[in-house]
Parts: sequence; structure tokens; C-alpha cells
Amino acid sequence: MALAFDEYGRPFIILKEQEQKSRLRGLDAQKANISAGRAVARILRTSLGPKGMDKMLQSPDGDVVITNDGATILEQMDVDNQIAKLMVELSRSQDYEIGDGTTGVVVMAGALLEQAEKLLERGIHPIRVAEGYEVASRIAVDHLERIAHKFDFSEANIEPLVQTCMTTLSSKIVNRCKRALAEIAVKAVLAVADLERKDVNLDLIKVEGKVGGKLEDTELIYGIVVDKDMSHPQMPKRIEDAKIAILTCPFEPPKPKTKHKVDIDTVEKFQTLREQEQKYFDDMVQKCKDVGATLVICQWGFDDEANHLLMHRNLPAVRWVGGVELELIAIATGGRIVPRFQELTPEKLGRAGLVREKSFGTTKDRMLYIEQCANSKAVTIFIRGGNKMMIEETKRSLHDALCVARNLIRNNSIVYGGGSAEISCSIAVEAAADRYPGVEQYAIRSFADALDSIPLALAENSGLQPIDTLTAVKSQQVKENNPYCGIDCNDVGTTDMQEQNVFETLIGKQQQILLATQVVKMILKIDDVIAPSEY
Amino acid sequence: MAVERLLKDEATEEKGDRARMASFIGAMAIADLVKTTLGPKGMDKILQSTGRGHNVTVTNDGATILKSLHIDNPAAKVLVDISKVQDDEVGDGTTSVVVLAGELLREAEKLTMAKIHPMTIIAGYRMAAECARNALLQKAMDNKQDPEKFKSDLMKIAMTTLSSKILAQDKEYFAQLAVDAVMRLKGSTNLEAIQIIKKAGGSLKDSFLDEGFILDKKIGIGQPKRIENAKILVANTAMDTDKVKIYGARVRVDSMARVAQIERAEKEKMKEKVQKIIGHGINCFVNRQLIYNYPEELFADAGILAIEHADFDGIERLALVTGGEIASTFDNPESVKLGHCKLIEEIMIGEDKLIHFSGVEMGQACTIVLRGASSHMLDEAERSLHDALCVLSQTVNDSRVLLGGGWPEMVMAKEVDELARRTPGKRSHAIEAFSRALQSIPTIIADNAGLDSAELISQLRAEHHKETTNSGIDVISGGVGDMEKLGISESFKVKQAVLLSATEAAEMILRVDEIITCAPRKREDRM
Repeated sequence: MALAFDEYGRPFIILKEQEQKSRLRGLDAQKANISAGRAVARILRTSLGPKGMDKMLQSPDGDVVITNDGATILEQMDVDNQIAKLMVELSRSQDYEIGDGTTGVVVMAGALLEQAEKLLERGIHPIRVAEGYEVASRIAVDHLERIAHKFDFSEANIEPLVQTCMTTLSSKIVNRCKRALAEIAVKAVLAVADLERKDVNLDLIKVEGKVGGKLEDTELIYGIVVDKDMSHPQMPKRIEDAKIAILTCPFEPPKPKTKHKVDIDTVEKFQTLREQEQKYFDDMVQKCKDVGATLVICQWGFDDEANHLLMHRNLPAVRWVGGVELELIAIATGGRIVPRFQELTPEKLGRAGLVREKSFGTTKDRMLYIEQCANSKAVTIFIRGGNKMMIEETKRSLHDALCVARNLIRNNSIVYGGGSAEISCSIAVEAAADRYPGVEQYAIRSFADALDSIPLALAENSGLQPIDTLTAVKSQQVKENNPYCGIDCNDVGTTDMQEQNVFETLIGKQQQILLATQVVKMILKIDDVIAPSEY
Repeated sequence: MAVERLLKDEATEEKGDRARMASFIGAMAIADLVKTTLGPKGMDKILQSTGRGHNVTVTNDGATILKSLHIDNPAAKVLVDISKVQDDEVGDGTTSVVVLAGELLREAEKLTMAKIHPMTIIAGYRMAAECARNALLQKAMDNKQDPEKFKSDLMKIAMTTLSSKILAQDKEYFAQLAVDAVMRLKGSTNLEAIQIIKKAGGSLKDSFLDEGFILDKKIGIGQPKRIENAKILVANTAMDTDKVKIYGARVRVDSMARVAQIERAEKEKMKEKVQKIIGHGINCFVNRQLIYNYPEELFADAGILAIEHADFDGIERLALVTGGEIASTFDNPESVKLGHCKLIEEIMIGEDKLIHFSGVEMGQACTIVLRGASSHMLDEAERSLHDALCVLSQTVNDSRVLLGGGWPEMVMAKEVDELARRTPGKRSHAIEAFSRALQSIPTIIADNAGLDSAELISQLRAEHHKETTNSGIDVISGGVGDMEKLGISESFKVKQAVLLSATEAAEMILRVDEIITCAPRKREDRM
């Protein structure tokens, strides 16, 4: 794979160890990249839509994950190809930014790449294709804005939010009780939402799962659930009007950070040291008691002696509570996290109406419920389900639903789902294409074709005739001038998504188109792949 | 242009029908594996561990069998997981849940062969499961109001559960044992309060329920062997040398004399501690940690029974039973709650001496002493008894019961069949298949008992076509019998959990159309 030769036919050495590297150039490089990207998209294509299938993934450690979530599939897939990794990134960024539509974005990118390949074969320069895509994506995004609807919701009227979350959940395994889960998600988001600033901090929603029971038992708790129990088996299991001291210092003698030694050489010193030690424990517990705490939550462990003293003074305590949970407890109860016993004051205590321990099943699993908190701005969704994989998948699905609800609070515009938005964009882009002179026109038309691939995949996964269905819906949209016609995946009998109550968020859709276009542009611009070849 | 490798080396990918096939086969293989253990005439399995010693376990418990298997098939892992959850949640029915899920998948396989889409099958299964659950709900009997009847229900359930285990010979005896133990809990599901002690020797019949608490420890030498009206202090404290807990402290001495001084001080300290403990006015001291010879001697001098090294569970339980608290500091004797019991004595079971606390304050706890010919036998007996206890404690909370012997399955199958007839569309095939899967459970029970299953099931079906019937398979006589008269009952909660988690698992596996297996993590070769 020499790059250049001198007059005697010897290669110039340009790259380090260039003989050992494989190299792809020009059209070959682009085609190889495109086919890798499409291969990833092909894997996800069957997961799209309410009738999409799941993937079973086995991790290097043998754990099994069953999921329908694009971002999770790609993350777990152990991808080795560079371009495929780009697609993984693409799906991840959609996940971070929007939280939903991670499968759709990859399928979209795959379709764009597929169309680009055809154009390249006709001899159109990749950069021109990329530019055409850029123009087209802008047209599509503007068009989405036009067909979007705003809807009003308030805390009393959460119906539109619930409907949108249901659309998200309907493609997951949990669609059996999507209504209940959607309501939980919306209520959780509204509980922590800052409606004035239109922002939601999803960190305040804790999602906790425990195997056993059934999916219908999943509940929303206005408070915190911690997977811990009281440090001493005989402490009370139920505390009302709890005043909570939240500590990040262990109930142990202090360990100064500076290196030191305490030398004991006389009996007196030995005895004083002993008394000191006892006093330490006594003081610690006394301080908690003095400020009026009725429950101690500590990040670290307790010494046996301290544990008994706490028990003795009737001060229930929980140990080894994780940092994140500690923060949540502090937020929920309005308390402050106290790093030292000396700094404990009554104002820094958190307050909760009820703290109780609950046990599950036949094993001795116990959870601690902290409810009726002073500041209920932290909630927990507690998931039950038949097996571990089910719980994990439910967590992911709920995360998607939470994100959707948050996006709606930020921006209450929606577009209609079921592929209707894509079809409508496709028509708009197609119509706009003729106005652009030059080679870009082709690229813009191809973009319109690529947009069709999402409804195509939806129809295919639902067991419908893809081309028949798509053309029928498309002509209906043009004829009736109704941009809300989509694919009737669930065989309801109408193609009007407004009637079917299938919504998606506007920003989610826009982001999908923009991100997919960006990645495709990036892939198209690569014309040289240099990789260390295998030995 | 061919795609270059997308995944890492050694990672494999299976798609579409192949993936579905792989998961069906895996799941069915697992179901077939445990199938033969189902029912009163089910057989046991021997499991040999790969660890050192090649320990052997003989068991009939689905969860135990599956837990010990090393499985590579991801779908099979899903089944193993549901069986584990079933064990944790209700304790029994661990085999049934796997078998039912396996049968559902077997039926689903036939349907996919007939070109029915998995999503259609799932839709059908969901409807069927809902319908089956309603059928169960309607037929469930609740005898909570009538304590006499309720107790006999419990007894029947315990006997049914035990009849498929190694304890089947003496099931009446053990059922009584289990019911008594659970009734003592008074509605709590805290099975920790029931302690099971296994002692090899004697026969299973020699097992007994003891009202008090038995601690598997010896009494220190020279200490009283029998204490009446004992006051017990339960503690968790160091009784060897009391370490200085202040960080960075160390002893540095410059002469032998000093060493002696320090040692004396240490001894003084220990003596003081012992004095404080004695100052509580106790006559029995139980510690979780070691008690060294010196303090032990001091206790013996004071006429106090000192028991060292009780395990953590033992300590907790003892505190629970005697009503004392677990103490770690001894400065305020007046406020420490002491435990009380009428009598502490040393008893002999087989060759071992144990300490027996009787006449305890809290009546909740009790101890079951299991005797048996070999340790394998005892282990299996413990598992069986544990299953029975779990089911009983769950039934105490949710007192609905059903008849056993394949009766609930037939009831569900009938309802589901009717639903299939009413339902238009391809889903009805799936609903029908669900009913077939339900019927396969009594079929397997009959097969395992060596009976003519085809004949029996058709008879049962005919019986169940009448409005009210209590017919099920009577494995003992080999025919169709009245389950109510035979006294075979099952807990509603267990059956419901079996139905729901099996459907859930089958649904989950059905939805999969692609399996991606990552390259196994490289391990250091330990050879």
C-alpha cells in the first residue's frame, strides 16, 4: 500500500510502519463506511415501532440483557468497526439530549447513507451530497415546526402528557400496562418540575427496582426508597415525624488525615486513652440526640459500641447509605448533609412525615421508605416485575418516558407519530427540491426518499405491505392536505394519528433529523481510512 | 461491498428465525431438564459441584437445580432467573414456573412454524393469561373467617407441597410441624424466627418442633449446666482483648517491667468489663465474639453461664426470642433490657450437646430439629421444609386457596379455550396454544407418575366440562379423583405467580429476534 514511489520504484516512507497498515481510499473508503453504517442500522430496524422486536444481548460476563432501546443495544454490542462506533455515538447523543428516539435516529442515518451510496455511484461528489442533505434537513426541520401543534397542559390536566408518554412506552415490552406507567412517569416529572423555569432535573427521580410481584404493582412514591435497613435489628421499624440527621462521618473514633502516632508507654496513658475512646462514642451519640434528631442516616459504618449506644438512646440509624441517595434524602427532607458531628445543629436536620421499613418476599430483603418529606421535590419510582431482565428493561423504558415528559415541559410542541411527520416532511422536501438548481437537487430528493424509510420500517415491522401502505398514506396526505396521516401499526382502522392519539415531541423529531444528517455528513466526508492491519 | 467485521472477534450474532430457534431450544431444554421432578411422583436429580470436594446435592427443588447449572444459552438464563425469583417471592412452584414457560414456548414454536408473527402470539398469550387469572380468582376459596377450616386448609397445602419432596413418607407429620411453626409467627412472614437445626442420625420421624430456642453451642467448662429463671444478656463485644480503637495508637515500652504493667492494666480493664457485665444481675451471658479463657473463668467464678461465638443470626434470633437487646456497652446496667427465659439447659441430640432455652418470653420463635440418615437427606429435607414454610407463611397473609392435582390448570384451560372460541383473528390460535400449554402440566404430572396421561387428561377435560367439579389427577390411585375429598390444595398466590411470571418470561423470549453474544471476557488461566 505504498503511497508514492521514487524514480527507482522504491516507496517513500510517509507513515510509520506503513507496510503494516491497511488503507482504503476514495470511493472504496466511502462505500466501505456506508455499508458499515447501514449494517448497524439494519440491526436496529426491526426494533422500531409498537410491533418492533427485542434484542437479546449477552455481555462478556454472561449476563443477559433483553431490550428494545436502540442506545442500549448499541452500547452493549461490543462494536469494533470505527464507523459503527460513530453510529453508536449518534444513538448515545440522542439518548443524552432527548432520551427517546434512539432507534429512529440510527435507522434514519442508515437510510441517508443508503441513498448517498446510490448518488455516489452516479458520480456525484460526496461533498455535494452532504450539502444537499444539509439543505434538505433544514427544510424538514422548518416543516416540522409548521405542522407541530402546541397543546396546553396543567397540573390538573395531564392527559396530553400521558398520551405522549404512552406513545413512547407502546414500543416496549411494558406496553401491557403502559397507561399506568405513563401516568407514573408524568406524575413523577410534574412532582419535580420547575414549571416557571420550564426545567426538570431528572436526577431527582430515583428509579428503584426489586424482582418479584408483577408489573402492575409498580408504584410512585413521593419520597425516597433506600435499599437498606436499620443498623440494629431491634430499632423501631416505623418512625413518625422523623427529624433526620444526615451525616457523612463515621461513628468511629476520628482518623486525622495527617500521619500520627499515639505512643502508649505508661499505664496512666493507657487508661486515659481508654476513657477518651468511650467518651468519643458517647459524645457522638449525645450530639445527635442534643439537636433533636430522631433518625440518623450515615454514609459510613458504625462501630459496634456506637451501634449499641444509638440503640440504647433510642436513636434509630441507617448505615452505608450511598452518596447519591444521601443527596436525594437531603433534598427531599430539606436537611443538610453534615460532615462533622460538631457542625450538627437543629436547623440542619431534615424532616419526614413517615419513615418505615418494609420487607419483601420470603428472603429477608428490606427497604426503607422515607415519605411525606418536608420538600417533596424528590420522588422514587419503585418497579416490580417477574425477573431481573424485565426490571432492567422497565427501568430503561421509564427513563424514556420520563425524558419525553420533561421535553414536553420544556417545549410543549408535539408532532404526530406513526411515521406521519416523516411522510409529511418527505412530501415537503420533495416539493422544495425542484426549486434548487444544481446537483444538490438530487441529494435533496434522496433525502426525501430516506425520510420514507421510517414509515416503511414501521409498516414492515407491523406486518403490513410496506410499499402499498406507504403510498396509500402518502397520497392520502396530499389529497386531503392532512399531515397527520400515518401508519396504522396497531390495526385500529384509521390512519389519522390525531384520532389514534399518537404523539411525539417536536424537539425529539427535529433532533433526530439534525443528528442523523450531521453524522451522515461526517461519514461522507471521509475519503481515506488508515487502520493498523491485523497481524 | 461486503461489510467488514462489525463486532469484535469471537462475538457472535444470530438473527431472525435462527435467533428465535436458539432461544426456543435453550428454554425448552431447561424445561425438559426439570420436567421430570414435577408432581408427587417426580424424580430427584443429583448435582455434583465442580468445586473442590465435588460436593453432591440430591434435590427435587427446581430453583436449586437451576441455580447450580452453568448455562450459556441466554434464553435459558431467563428461565433460571424466573425460577429464582419465584423462590424468593413465594418459595414454592419453582419447577412449575419453568415448565409452564417452556411449554408456552414449545407451543409458540409450532405457531411460528405456521407463520404466525410472534407479536400476534404475544397478544394472544396476554389475553389468555388475563382470562386464566380471572378464572382462578373466581374459583379461589377463602376460609379466613373460619379458623378451623383455615387451619385445615393450611394443613392440606403443606401436605400437597411436601408430597412431591423427600418428606413425602411422613408428610402428615411434617405438615403438622410446619403448620404449627407458621401459626406461631402470628401472621408475620419473617421466617428467620423459625430456626432449622440439622443433625445427622436417627430417622426423619425423629424430627421435632421445639417451642424454645436451641443454640448449637457448648457450655463453658465449670459453669452451671442448668439455670432456672435465667436473665440473659445478649452482647456483641470483644471479650478477647479490648482493642484500642483510636487510630494510630500503639504501645511502645522500654523495659520488661513496663510490659508487665501494661499487661496488668489490660487485665484490669477486662476484669472491670466483666464486673460491669456481672453487675447487670444476670446469670447467662451470650456473646457473638470470642470469649477468652480469662474472662470465661471470671464468669464461671460468678456462677454465670457464658456462651461464646454464637453466630450472628443466632444472636439476633436469641435477642428476638428472649426479648433482650443486643448490647455492646455496659455502663448503664439499669437501662439495658435483659432477656428472660424459664430454663436453660444442656440437651443431647444424637451425640451433640446443644443449649436449649425454653419458656421464652416471645412465643413467636421456635426451632425445628431435623434428623435424618445422611447430610444430603437433611439438606433436602431442609429445602422441602423451607418450601412448605414459605408457602404457608404466604398463605397466612393471602388466605385464598385452590385445589391441587392439576385442577387449577384444567379450570384455566377451560376458560381460555372458551375465550379462544370467542376471539376472532389469528390471536385465537395463540390463545388455544396457551390452553394446551396449561394442560400439559397435569399431563406431565401423570406421565411422571407412570400413568396413561392421554386417557386421564381426556377424562379430566370431560369432567371439567360440567359446571362445578373438583376433579383432578389422583396420582396415588391412578385415576381421576375428587380433589376436595382427597384434601389436595394449593395456595392461590403461588399459582398466580407461576402463571404471571411464566407468561412474562415467554413473552420476553418471544419478542427477541436477534441475539448478540459478546466475546467472553478473557480470564487468567488458573491451571
